[in-house]
Amino acid sequence: MNYLWAFVVGGGICVVGQLLLDYTKLTPARILTAFVVAGVVLSAVGLYAPLAEFAGSGASVPLLGFGHLLAQGVQKAVDAIGLPGAFTGGLTAAAGGIAASLICGVLAALLAKSKDQN
Amino acid sequence: MKLNPKQYEEMTKRASPPSPVWKDCLWAFFVGGAICCLGEGIRQIWLLWYDEELAGTLTSLVLILLSALLTMPGWYQKLAAKAGAGTLVPITGFANSVVSPAIEFKAEGWITGVGAKIFIIAGPVITYGVLASWVWGLLYWVMGKF
Amino acid sequence: MAIRRGDTLVFPKPPVIAAWAAVGGKKESEGPLAAYFDQLFTDTSFGEDGWEAAESDLQQQCISACLRKGGIERTGLDIAFAGDLQAQCTASNYTLRALGCPYVGLYGACSTMAEGVALAAAFAAQGLVGQALAFTSSHFCAAERQFRTPLDYGGKRTPTAQWTATAAGACLLRPAGAAGVPVLSITFGRVQDFAVTDINNMGAAMMPAAAATLLQFFKGTGTRPTDFDAIFTGDLGEVGAALLQEQMANEGVPLPNHQDCGCLLYDTATQQVQAGGSGAGCSAAVLCAHILPRLQQGAWRRVLLLATGALMSQTTFLQGESIPGIAHAVELGCPEVGV
Repeated sequence: MNYLWAFVVGGGICVVGQLLLDYTKLTPARILTAFVVAGVVLSAVGLYAPLAEFAGSGASVPLLGFGHLLAQGVQKAVDAIGLPGAFTGGLTAAAGGIAASLICGVLAALLAKSKDQN
Repeated sequence: MKLNPKQYEEMTKRASPPSPVWKDCLWAFFVGGAICCLGEGIRQIWLLWYDEELAGTLTSLVLILLSALLTMPGWYQKLAAKAGAGTLVPITGFANSVVSPAIEFKAEGWITGVGAKIFIIAGPVITYGVLASWVWGLLYWVMGKF
Repeated sequence: MAIRRGDTLVFPKPPVIAAWAAVGGKKESEGPLAAYFDQLFTDTSFGEDGWEAAESDLQQQCISACLRKGGIERTGLDIAFAGDLQAQCTASNYTLRALGCPYVGLYGACSTMAEGVALAAAFAAQGLVGQALAFTSSHFCAAERQFRTPLDYGGKRTPTAQWTATAAGACLLRPAGAAGVPVLSITFGRVQDFAVTDINNMGAAMMPAAAATLLQFFKGTGTRPTDFDAIFTGDLGEVGAALLQEQMANEGVPLPNHQDCGCLLYDTATQQVQAGGSGAGCSAAVLCAHILPRLQQGAWRRVLLLATGALMSQTTFLQGESIPGIAHAVELGCPEVGV
């Protein structure tokens, strides 16, 4: 069942993104940004944690989950060290993903070359 | 000319074919769902050894690596041309948005090309994500005072 | 001397396009016009590290083919009119660094071929030059990385988007009396902006410019669309072409013989180019691979080519400016008409 809900919830979140792409003039970069901010908001109002509990990777793999991660990190850090946690918590929690992307990016640049699309 | 911008907007709307929404959404659902399902599989494996939090982080790392590997030969772009938001919205899409400019702008140098342009798409995502989480942190801190 | 008819300059003694060449990339090699290109390259990188340099190589291949067909050396050129889509037209600048002849750099976006041929024709008609080259190109990869996203970035194209051709076209013009396809008249367009802001719908953005130039041309010359075997627009694509036919019908000047280069270069049904081809190389290649050979053979006697360009930049687009369009027209005849 874990897998089924991961599939359905994750796929469903992607469909929301697709509807935004098809019906609005939002560019992909704007949609990604909106998803992350929306994830922070949904997490802050307490809606995302139950969804992540229920759908596992279906909720954490889409970029909404990235926002949830930032919000949770901030919360944890504020609990631990107070106000400075508002500055440190987000990126601390997201550090793994961001660092991995950047490292993969530079290594890929070393190994690969820009290619024609056909 | 017998035309004004307002009329023309109407005319353009009528002449422009709409996106095939149903087809797009099916692609997005199945590809996006499959990526999340794959993520769940990877997560379950990590959960054998690690706690929830670390397993989640490790899952992201594996998906990012896979996305980078698919981006290098141009396969991620080919899949995304069909899957749309199905490949855009998962963390693999974020990784693609970092890896692809790094490869593309190598020609402009390692600092001014790769280093600077690597954030061309992911930059706003990180910037506004951090800003939003900071706002939430402030609120959460204030709420904790009462 | 040319005679002025409204915005149109008519040449009583028409200069000629004496030689021409078209080259293309991989997608063009899979399109319906593939057999008519002078050369097609499946490796569109030309072994270069940058796509900008690759576009310059593409141009140079095209020019070599054109000069070979014209039977002259590069040192024999009196002037070159050229431009491309790269910022500051660098593909052409570097090509001319190698070519070494006097150079007039043009920026007309996708309208550059008609602009270049028109200027070269005007110079040749006045006897100012004996051998004038006009060429332009576009390269899918160079355009994508400059105007859109990295090539390996995953994104879905909207149905109204167009595919930038990897192609170049070159024409060698000579004064009246030489053999070749005569340039009967030229019309420089006026910039039109009907507040289209959608960068994925360039055909719609450029259509008003095409309609305006056509109306000017027919009014100025007293001709009708049916006086021509065919009227070609540059790269309006399916959306822009349909809009043009609707608008011209509304103006009382229907276009029964209209075709769009963007819809000719590719098979839009099977090649995944959405609404069709675009880019300066699109109309240039269709002119040199499709239109000029048929005029030369006498299959057509009189044709109007209208290349359309969208004149925004990445910066103005991001600042929310609408997209201004322009269209330049070149009237071509078959060799007997010119004499």
